[in-house]
Amino acid sequence: MSQFLSISGLRATIDDQGSPKEILRGVDLEIPAGEVHAIMGPNGSGKSTLSYVLSGREDYEVTGGEVSFEGRDLLAMEPEERAAAGVFLAFQAPVELPGVNNANFLRTAVNAVRRARNEPELDAVQFLKAARAEAKRLSMDAEMLKRNVNVGFSGGEKKRNEVLQMALLQPRFAILDETDSGLDIDALRVVAEGVKALRSPSFSALVITHHQRLLDYLVPDRVHVMARGRILKSGGPELAHQLEAQGYAGFLAEAA
Amino acid sequence: MNAIGGRPSPAGGNNASGFLSRYAELRDSLPGDVCVRDVAAAQLEREGLPRREVEAWKYTNLRPLWDTSFAGGSAVQEADAGPVLDALLSTLGDENAASARLVFLNGLLSDGLSRLPGSVTIRRTVPQPLPAGLHPMLALNQMLSADGVAIEVPAGLDGGRLLVIGLGSAEHAPADWHARVSIALGAGASLSVLQIDQGTGCYLSNAAITVSVAEGASLRHARLQRDAASAMSFALVHAQIAERGSYDVFNLALGATLARFEVHARLVGAQAAVHVNGAQLLDGEQVADLTSVISHDAPNCNSRQTVKNVLQGRARGVFQGKIVVARPAQKTDGYQMNQALLLSEQAEIDAKPELEIYADDVKCSHGATVGALDEEQLFYLRSRGVPVPEARAMLVQAFLLDAIELVQDEPFRQVLDDAIATWWAGRAA
Ligand SMILES: Nc1ncnc2c1ncn2[C@@H]1O[C@H](COP(=O)(O)OP(=O)(O)OP(=O)(O)O)[C@@H](O)[C@H]1O
Ligand SMILES: [Mg+2]
Repeated sequence: MSQFLSISGLRATIDDQGSPKEILRGVDLEIPAGEVHAIMGPNGSGKSTLSYVLSGREDYEVTGGEVSFEGRDLLAMEPEERAAAGVFLAFQAPVELPGVNNANFLRTAVNAVRRARNEPELDAVQFLKAARAEAKRLSMDAEMLKRNVNVGFSGGEKKRNEVLQMALLQPRFAILDETDSGLDIDALRVVAEGVKALRSPSFSALVITHHQRLLDYLVPDRVHVMARGRILKSGGPELAHQLEAQGYAGFLAEAA
Repeated sequence: MNAIGGRPSPAGGNNASGFLSRYAELRDSLPGDVCVRDVAAAQLEREGLPRREVEAWKYTNLRPLWDTSFAGGSAVQEADAGPVLDALLSTLGDENAASARLVFLNGLLSDGLSRLPGSVTIRRTVPQPLPAGLHPMLALNQMLSADGVAIEVPAGLDGGRLLVIGLGSAEHAPADWHARVSIALGAGASLSVLQIDQGTGCYLSNAAITVSVAEGASLRHARLQRDAASAMSFALVHAQIAERGSYDVFNLALGATLARFEVHARLVGAQAAVHVNGAQLLDGEQVADLTSVISHDAPNCNSRQTVKNVLQGRARGVFQGKIVVARPAQKTDGYQMNQALLLSEQAEIDAKPELEIYADDVKCSHGATVGALDEEQLFYLRSRGVPVPEARAMLVQAFLLDAIELVQDEPFRQVLDDAIATWWAGRAA
């Protein structure tokens, strides 16, 4: 069966003061088309690392394993090719770009992706119309389009800006790395709506979170527990409830 | 001075001997008072051109000047330069292209291609006597200068926009010219100047610019230095700013193999202001230098400098900024910031800020940063689908933004913006 996203035996290291430190130690994960999966796990277990490796960040060295996305070797692709192919990462800590206007940034990104997908580019007017409409849907102040990317944004505003990017780029596979952290309850609902709006038989999402609340809105098809660079356990939505009630200690002991 | 009047043999060991012997040949045919030129020649005869042991020239080696044998500026036909000018004007936007302009061809003012402004007086000038102890490049200019203009805006008038375009062409042998421009604004007058220097071939362009800003007057000066790849490009500004007057200059250095833009500004009246900003975008083996000496002679004056360097290949940027605050110049506000973005391992920035303060109640600060492109920012852009060249261009543009924004004349700023975009497109290809 040709999987939508298939990760097998993925290992990755990062350079830690001159010597490689292994962070991903054989991650196995299958995400079929049209599904929303969640990853939970203790701090430092490698969740963000996994999301960076999937989106092509170069500081990590992949030392083993494979990732195929719609039949393509994802790890062989440049970050911008992955974006064009439909991979999107909502960063846990969105990056500030002083001197780069948010609307400009968004338009450049949207048009770069459209070009790569052989779709016509949007002119300034078309783009602004689309961006304003999305911003409104996400209850974002359109003023944020005029500011520098993420500069001086509050924690929650940065996360909403990530969701705005997701909405405009229309990915086929979105990774949301703690996009719910630091959000007020209304914003949380907005983020969930942002994902729901994209839901379709050909869209999947991987939601990294520490909280049950986002999952209550999204209702994931599968929940995975990650610890020490591996997926230790997978289950249905009830697994998240179980974790919320019991914490990780039991799982870790059981797996050890 | 007898060595000058006759037919001298080049002084042994004098690195200006090539220029001096040409002067000896041309002396009687150059316009203006020959005594004024002789003073400069005597200085060059005595001191030569500065070598790197001279502190002010430590980072910028003038050696290519004396290693090249320049033949003066050959005359350029207006008919040949016309299409070059038209091509340039067509890139400047309608508003700028329609502005008044002074066009120099190899350092000589072209009457046919210039279009004189209404409210501004333009006069042909010849070198005027200057005090002893000339700046070496000014001495060279004073000795060999063949043409110049004086631009005067009468008191209370707005002189509007003026283009000062220098087109160079040295197809066969290395050429040199030493143009002179003097800009004087009467009390309360204003003027916005865009100076564009460009050309082809190997040449030395060594301009001397004198600026005089009277009480409450304001001069905006933007310069686009896009000289030929093998050119040496020097421009030296001496500015004097009276009470409440302001002189605002921005130098964008893109061209030439060796370039120096140097400003000596003197704030002589209270509440005067001078802004010496710039950006140097260099690649290959280019060297560009922005040197400034700002003298606060009067109280409550303000000087600001923001200089950005974007350096690729083995390019080298130089920034030397000196602020001198005299004893009476209380409440001086001086600010200086030099930043460099190194896009390759071999690129280099040399920066030398200097503060010399004799007054006690002053606010002077300077800062410098050096760095590479931020990998995290680059990855963020790429993860949104933006290809590397475009992502780098966006980040470089962002880096330059707070300097470029300081160019107050919007149509002129647009010209600089476009020039940067073109420069960048040339790299990314
Ligand atoms: N540049 C680095 N140098 C050394 N160690 C690093 C580096 N980057 C990440 N690590 C380590 O890798 C491990 C995994 O980090 P990662 O950010 O993937 O965890 P996480 O599961 O996302 O945690 P959290 O829930 O806190 O976000 C951590 O122990 C972290 O300290
Ligand atoms: Mg994380």
